Amino acid sequence: MAENALLRLESVGRDFDVSRPWLNRVVERAPRLILRAVDDVSLEVRKGETLALVGESGCGKSTVARLIVGLYSPSRGRIAFDGVDISSSSAGAQTERIRRRMQMIFQDPYASLNPRWRVREIVAEPIRVLNLLQREEQIAARVAELLTQVGLSPEDGEKYPHEFSGGQRQRISIARALSGRPEFLVCDEPTSALDVSVQAQILNLMTQLQSELGLTYLFISHNLAVVSHVADRVGVMYLGRLVELAEAEALFARPKHPYTRMLLDAVPDLEMSGRARTPVAGEVPNPLSPPRGCAFHPRCPHANARCREERPELKLHDGRQAACHAVEEKRL
Amino acid sequence: MILEVKDLRIEFPTRRGTLVAVDGISFSIAPGEVLGVVGESGAGKSLTGTAIIGLLEPPGRIAGGEIRLEGERIDRLPHDAMRRIRGRRIGAIFQDPLTSLNPLYTIGEQLVETICTHLGTDRKTGRERALGLLREVGIPAPEARIDHYPHQFSGGMRQRVVIALALCAEPRLIIADEPTTALDVSIQAQIIQLLKKLAREHGTAVMLITHDMGVIAETADRVAVMYAGRIAEIGPVGELLRAPRHPYTVGLMGSIPKIRAATRERHARLVQIEGSMPRLTAIPSGCAFNPRCPKAFERCRVERPEPLAAGSNLTACWLYG
Amino acid sequence: MDLQTLWNHDLAYSFRRSPVTIAAALLALTCIGGALLAPWLAPYNPFDAATLDLNKALSPPAWIPEGTRAYLLGTDDQGRDILSTILYGARISLAVGVAAVLFALALGVTLGLTAGYFGGRIDAFIMRIADIQLSFPAILIALLVDGVARVVMPTDRLDEIAIPVLILSIGISGWVQYARTVRGSTLVEKGKEYVQAARVIGRRPLAIMLRHVLPNVMGPVLVIATIHIATAIITEATLSFLGVGVPPTNPSLGTLISRGNEFMISGVWWIVLFPGIALVTLVLSVNLLGDWLRDALNPKLR
Repeated sequence: MAENALLRLESVGRDFDVSRPWLNRVVERAPRLILRAVDDVSLEVRKGETLALVGESGCGKSTVARLIVGLYSPSRGRIAFDGVDISSSSAGAQTERIRRRMQMIFQDPYASLNPRWRVREIVAEPIRVLNLLQREEQIAARVAELLTQVGLSPEDGEKYPHEFSGGQRQRISIARALSGRPEFLVCDEPTSALDVSVQAQILNLMTQLQSELGLTYLFISHNLAVVSHVADRVGVMYLGRLVELAEAEALFARPKHPYTRMLLDAVPDLEMSGRARTPVAGEVPNPLSPPRGCAFHPRCPHANARCREERPELKLHDGRQAACHAVEEKRL
Repeated sequence: MILEVKDLRIEFPTRRGTLVAVDGISFSIAPGEVLGVVGESGAGKSLTGTAIIGLLEPPGRIAGGEIRLEGERIDRLPHDAMRRIRGRRIGAIFQDPLTSLNPLYTIGEQLVETICTHLGTDRKTGRERALGLLREVGIPAPEARIDHYPHQFSGGMRQRVVIALALCAEPRLIIADEPTTALDVSIQAQIIQLLKKLAREHGTAVMLITHDMGVIAETADRVAVMYAGRIAEIGPVGELLRAPRHPYTVGLMGSIPKIRAATRERHARLVQIEGSMPRLTAIPSGCAFNPRCPKAFERCRVERPEPLAAGSNLTACWLYG
Repeated sequence: MDLQTLWNHDLAYSFRRSPVTIAAALLALTCIGGALLAPWLAPYNPFDAATLDLNKALSPPAWIPEGTRAYLLGTDDQGRDILSTILYGARISLAVGVAAVLFALALGVTLGLTAGYFGGRIDAFIMRIADIQLSFPAILIALLVDGVARVVMPTDRLDEIAIPVLILSIGISGWVQYARTVRGSTLVEKGKEYVQAARVIGRRPLAIMLRHVLPNVMGPVLVIATIHIATAIITEATLSFLGVGVPPTNPSLGTLISRGNEFMISGVWWIVLFPGIALVTLVLSVNLLGDWLRDALNPKLR
C-alpha cells in the first residue's frame, strides 16, 4: 500500500433493501430483495492524483462516491481518510472534521442548485456552515473571488440558478464545492449532462483548479474518452465490483480485463480510422440476481468452466490489478 | 430524394416577440442514406424533426419554407392526412423507449395493431410480420417475447422494439431523435449498428438527430451541423469529421475528448469554444456564431453567410466566400 | 421588485389575460373589503342592543312597498339590519376560514415535511393517521372535535371559546391534504442533488428541511390553501347552520342562514336569501382565484 494514500477503501460493500413494502410481501408472498450495489471494493486514492471510476449505469460507481462523502454508510468494510476511519461512526466529531476536507460535485446542474437561493447564498453556504469566515464582507469577498476563479463574474452572485446555462451552473457547483476549502473532490459524472463544447470548458477548468489548488479528485464517469483525458489511474466497475484497476496509460493502451476491452471497443471511432472492433454482445444482467462465478462470464468470449463457478479476485498482474481467471491463467 | 427540406423556418410567437427557432435550413435525404443532424442543445435539431413528422407543439409553427416527402408537400397537410402519413410513410424513434410504448398492451398487440392499420393485413399475417420484425431487430426468442409487456424488457431491448414498431409499415423515412442517448455505451453500439443495417437493407432514408459526434461517426453517411437554428456545415461524414471547414465544427470536433494512451497527451487542454450558444431572444446579427468565432471579421458581423461550397462540404462561413 | 417587473411577471400576465379571474378578484376584493371595513361601512351596529327596535322587526327590503329605505335589505325578527349583519357576519366567516386554513396549513406542512424527510416509521405513523382521518368526512371530524371540546371546556365559557374551537376543528379536519402534498413533494425534493449537496456540506436535517426543502414545496401548498379557504368558509357555515358553530350573539353567515331558515315558511325570505347570496359570492370568487392560481403555477398548462 502506498504511503501517500489520502483515501483508502477496504473491502467496502453496500446493500440496498429493494423489497416491496411489508404488506405487499405478506400478501403477495414476495421475498425480501437485497441489491448488492457495491461489493468488496478496495482501492486507494493518492494525494494530488485523479482516480477515475468507469462503468455502465448500475455498476455501483455513484454508490461508491456517495459512500465516500457519507451520503450512505457502508454495509461492510472500512473507509479511511488520511488514516482516520470515517465509516464506523457517522456522527463522531472526528469524522465530521475529516468530512469537511471533502466535497462533491454532482451530475445534474439543474437539480444540484436550490432554485430558490441566490447564487451568492449557494456559494457561501459551506463557508457559513463550516464557519470559515465570520464577517459578512469577508464572506462576500470570498464568494466574489470564487466566482471569478470558476470563470463567472462577481455580479452573477445576485442572480438565481435558472438564469444560467447548464455549463454556468456546473461552474457554480464547483465554486460551492471549493468554498469549503476541501482537499478532496468527489465528482459524480460532472460533465455528462453538458454539451461537448461546454464539457471541454468544464474539464479544462477542473484540470486547471487541480494544479492551482493541489486538489485530489475521485472522478466518476461512464465516458471513457473523458476519463482518459483527466485520470491518472482508472478503476473499471461491473455489477458492483472492481474488475480492473490500473494506471490510465496502461489501461487504455493494453486493457487486460475482457470487460474493459469491450468498453473500449464500444467507444465510437471519431477519427474514422476503420480500426478493427469486436462487436459488443449482450446486456448487463439483473443486479438482483447476478450470475454465479465471474459476473461477466455470460458476455465474455473467453469464459470457461472455472469462470462460471469461481469468482475471480482482484489480483496484481504485471503492474495492474485485474479480476479475471483468463488473465491469471495467461489465456489472455 | 425521399425527403427534401427547403428554407424551413420555425417560429414561436411569445408575448415578448417572435422567436425564430429554426431559420431557413435546407437539406435532403436519399433512399438508404443516413443523414446525421448534430448540434448542441437549443440548436433546433429536434424541432426540425418534430416539424417534419408534423408534431410541432403550438404555439410553435412552420412560418416558411417547404417539406417534401417523395416529392409531395407535407408541411401544409391537415391533421388527418398527416396522421396517416405518420407511421405509414414516416416512422419515428425517440430518446426514451418507455414513452413510445403503451405500457398496458403487450408489444405483440402494439406491433400487430400498427401493421394491420397501416398495411391492411389480417391479424395472422400481421403477427407473422411482427415476429419477423422482432427477429430482424435482434430480439432473442421472439416467439416467447412477443406476448410480453414493455416493462419486461431491458432498456436496450425496448429500444429495439421501438425500432421494430417504427419499421412495421415499411416507412420510407425514419426520424430518429437521440435514439441511443438513454442507453449504456455497450448497448448504444448495438443499436447504432442495427439502425445502419436496416436503413441499408430496406432503402429507408434516416434522419438521425443527436448531440453525439461519436454516434454520427458510426452511423451517418452525411452530416448537418446545426448552430442557433441554422445549418453551419453539411457534407459527407468522412470529410466533415476529418477536415471540418466551419470554425464552429472545428471547435466542436476539437472539444471532444479522445481516448489517449500516452501520458504526456493527457491533461492537455481541450480545445474550447468560448462562451455559450446564444439564446433565441438574442441571436447576433450576421453569422450567428460570430461573437464566439476566433476568425470572425467585419463581414461576419453584418451579413449572414449562405451555405457555400468548401471542398465537398457546404459551409455557411464567409471564410469560404 | 418594482412595479414594472411585477406587471411583466408571468403570474401578472396570466392574470391580465383572464377576464374571469379579474372579475373574481374584484368580487373577492369587494367581499373581503366589505367584511374588513364592516364597522365603518355598515349603516348600523347590529349587535348593539341599545339601537335595536323590535317595532322595526321583519321589515322587508327597501324596494318592496312595505319596506323602508332605512333598511336596504330589510330587517330580521329582532329588528337588525340585514345588510349590516351580512357585513359583520362575513367578517366572522372570513376570519374563521382564514385562521382555520392557516392552522391546517401549519399542522399539515410540518407533519408532511417530517414524514417525507425522515421516512420510515415516522412516515408510516403520520400517513396512517392521515389515511384513517381521510376515511371520515371532514364535517364529521369537525363535529367530533367540536363535541369533544365542548365537553372538556367549562360550560359557562362556551360562547367565548366557540370561535377558537371552531377554528381548531375545521383546521384539524383539513390538515391531511397539506401533509400528503408536502410529503410527496418532499420525497421528490429530498432525492434532488441540491439536498444531497447540503448534506455533504454538513447541514443538519432541520436546517435542510427548513432552508432547502420547505421553500421548494410551498408552491402547491399555497394553491391548496386558497381553495381551502373557500371550503373552510363552507364548513364553518355548515357547522353554524347545524348549530354547533358561532353563537347567535355574534353570528357568521352560516348562523344567519340558519336563523333565516326558520322564517322561510312564514314567507320572510330576505333573512335567508341575502346572507346566502353573500356566502355563495364569497366562496365562488375565492374558488375561482384558487383555480386560476393552480393553473397559472402549473408549468404543464402554461
